Amino acid sequence: MWRYLWDIIKTTVVALPIGLYTVLRYLFKKPVTRKYPYVKSEMAPRYRGLHYLERYDDGAERCVCCGLCAAACPADAIYMEPAENERGERYAAVYEINMIRCIFCGFCEEACPEEAIFLGHEFELAADHRDKFIYTKEDLLVKHPRKDKPYKTIYRRVRRQN
Amino acid sequence: MELAPIFAWIYDLLISLGLSVALADLVSQIGLAVFVFSLLCVLALFLVWWERKISAHIQQRFGPMMTGWHGVFQTVMDALKLLQKEDITPTVADRGVFFWAPVIVFTCAFAAYIVIPFGKGLIVSDLNIGILYIIAITTFTIIGLMMAGWGSNNKYALLGGMRSAAQVVSYEVPLVLSIMGVVMVTGSMSMNDIVAAQSGWAGFRWNIIFQPLGFVIYIIAATAEANRTPFDLPEAEQELVAGFNIEYSGMKFAMFFLAEFVNMFTVSAIATTVFLGGWNGPLLPSWMWFLGKTLAMVFVLMWFRWTFPRLRVDQLMEFAWKVLLPLAFVNIIYVGVLALWLK
Repeated sequence: MWRYLWDIIKTTVVALPIGLYTVLRYLFKKPVTRKYPYVKSEMAPRYRGLHYLERYDDGAERCVCCGLCAAACPADAIYMEPAENERGERYAAVYEINMIRCIFCGFCEEACPEEAIFLGHEFELAADHRDKFIYTKEDLLVKHPRKDKPYKTIYRRVRRQN
Repeated sequence: MELAPIFAWIYDLLISLGLSVALADLVSQIGLAVFVFSLLCVLALFLVWWERKISAHIQQRFGPMMTGWHGVFQTVMDALKLLQKEDITPTVADRGVFFWAPVIVFTCAFAAYIVIPFGKGLIVSDLNIGILYIIAITTFTIIGLMMAGWGSNNKYALLGGMRSAAQVVSYEVPLVLSIMGVVMVTGSMSMNDIVAAQSGWAGFRWNIIFQPLGFVIYIIAATAEANRTPFDLPEAEQELVAGFNIEYSGMKFAMFFLAEFVNMFTVSAIATTVFLGGWNGPLLPSWMWFLGKTLAMVFVLMWFRWTFPRLRVDQLMEFAWKVLLPLAFVNIIYVGVLALWLK
């Protein structure tokens, strides 16, 4: 009986105010969330988002359409068609990545012998139509000269000469 | 700045415009009703926003931020949205009961404000049974809730309505007994008399000083009366989806929602009037003191809501009848001795 009453008093007089105090302390803490569409979080340097196709410093495309990325791709998301330019260099006339199939594993990045394809930090890839998930060369190829810094360090900056 | 002279001036203006006393009375009563009603609507919208902000910051979120400064107009936009929504009545519902339930809840929630003293002389009608009237009219809301539960023809709504009826009837007893302590000391049930009895002594005549136990019992019972966590079983989302208002949509739902927040303000206003000295206070005008104390009480209720988890049904009943009721009787005996000693 007394033990029961003592338990009640202990919980009501001690435990409940402690809970209230804890909550009050949290009320004045800074929110940990972000106002997302306006404040975006900084991605980790090795984050694997939307791909981009890199260029040489003179503006030429790096991709030679060797097909190693497509071969390495476990999701079979990459499609390409080769062509040759006036200097006799191979390039990709068509280069498509199906973002519904892509699993962002980064194998294409590792397979690429020309340091042409990288996975960037872009992550807002939602679209309202299936066709919009097929990313073509216009979507993937970086603009030249580029405004932003590349996410990855590129070592061979100059084109091979014949 | 006191507001009572302004109302008196407007009344005199009506008389001087050539209206007869009866007509001026009618116009001023209607004007007062409109004033109180609009004030409470604005207050309810503000309280919804405030609750969302407090809950957000307790959970370290931002809460509404988009519409206006820190999202103050969020609830206004929500109300506008609810106004535009389709008003659905289930085909199997009892149409009459279904229609009148939100009206009764809404009307009862607002009718309590007839006897609340907002400030010095700011009372719509100083009934000599003020506190009894308030308890009666706020209890009347459960008829609306039960009608909503029954008329919806939905098992969750029915369970919610029945639970709210059982809960409010149980908690009404300690609530009334805790207020009875104050009535015993004051010797009057008029709200103005209760406030006047607490004036002076620099705040040391507030009833909370002499009857802290009564205040605690009142706050707990009032939380249950207003159907708020930890006693929000009538609308326990995890078990009953939404409780009694599950079948309601559009403006009818908004009426339930606003009535809930008006009820919360009502119980806080009663706590202020009965235990915290009403509008008594130095320097600031009386209505500011009343509003400040009441909003502080509302904050306490919100604080409870975001701290304590919900009780089980059996715990709820056990707590009302086995803990609160004996404590309320102890409080009554203590107040009786105190009243004798004060004489």
